[in-house]
Amino acid sequence: MLSHGMKQTGNISLHHLQGVILAVRNPWVAVGIVLLLAFFASYMNSLSWADLTYVLPATSLGYVLLALVARFALHEQVSPLRWLGIALISGGVGFVAGGPALTAHEHPHEGSSPFDSAPGRLAGKNASHGAPAEEVISGGVQP
Amino acid sequence: MKSAYTWGGILIVVFASVVGDILLARAMKQVGDVHALWRRAGLWRVVSRILGNPNFFLGVTAMAVAFFSLLFALSWGDVSLVAPAAASLTFIGNAFAAKIFLHEKVDRRRGIAAVLVAAGVALLAG
Repeated sequence: MLSHGMKQTGNISLHHLQGVILAVRNPWVAVGIVLLLAFFASYMNSLSWADLTYVLPATSLGYVLLALVARFALHEQVSPLRWLGIALISGGVGFVAGGPALTAHEHPHEGSSPFDSAPGRLAGKNASHGAPAEEVISGGVQP
Repeated sequence: MKSAYTWGGILIVVFASVVGDILLARAMKQVGDVHALWRRAGLWRVVSRILGNPNFFLGVTAMAVAFFSLLFALSWGDVSLVAPAAASLTFIGNAFAAKIFLHEKVDRRRGIAAVLVAAGVALLAG
């Protein structure tokens, strides 16, 4: 959507920076921004209980979903290279999902606040993959 | 010349994205589990705690820089180059930055995953 909207808007010159702001008035760009905000809220929630290097690969499943929609809903042609890309992303996400969600740090009591992360969720996730219990901590890092 | 502009834009997108991701991840670790916090103290407490975190604002600022740089890069170069290059390099950059600045345990499993995902994104979006 953003790409489509920006192609409609045309090239933006460094001498006319207000063109970037005006681009937001394009409906395609506006809808793209709303969807990005929804993504952002989900992303922040995930980062509150899992490592960045755990969450980030999972977000790439969006590319896989997009390719599958293009193939089966829009009946577009998906080349063998793109199928290979889907396989690599799926393999990468499966790889990282098999490990612990959160890195253990040296001060396990730092996150003893009642407002910190849910130990049951992390411990359960960890136990289901058979990783050692000390790989996860039960709380977030305090400011 | 247009190619230089495009790659310059891509590098700015990658740098700003990595900085934004690191700052946001640090902010959310400082806030704690949003789900648990919401359940115990309500939505307002979640919102005030996130908005009161300086790393959150710095991260959002970096993300805004990345977003507008992406718009510039998309207006200069083809989406088939800009999108996969920026996304792939961001995955690799984040793996290094998370290990250095967030002290995350980027072991062989996560390292391989970052490379696989970056390669997959490059193939898929290219």
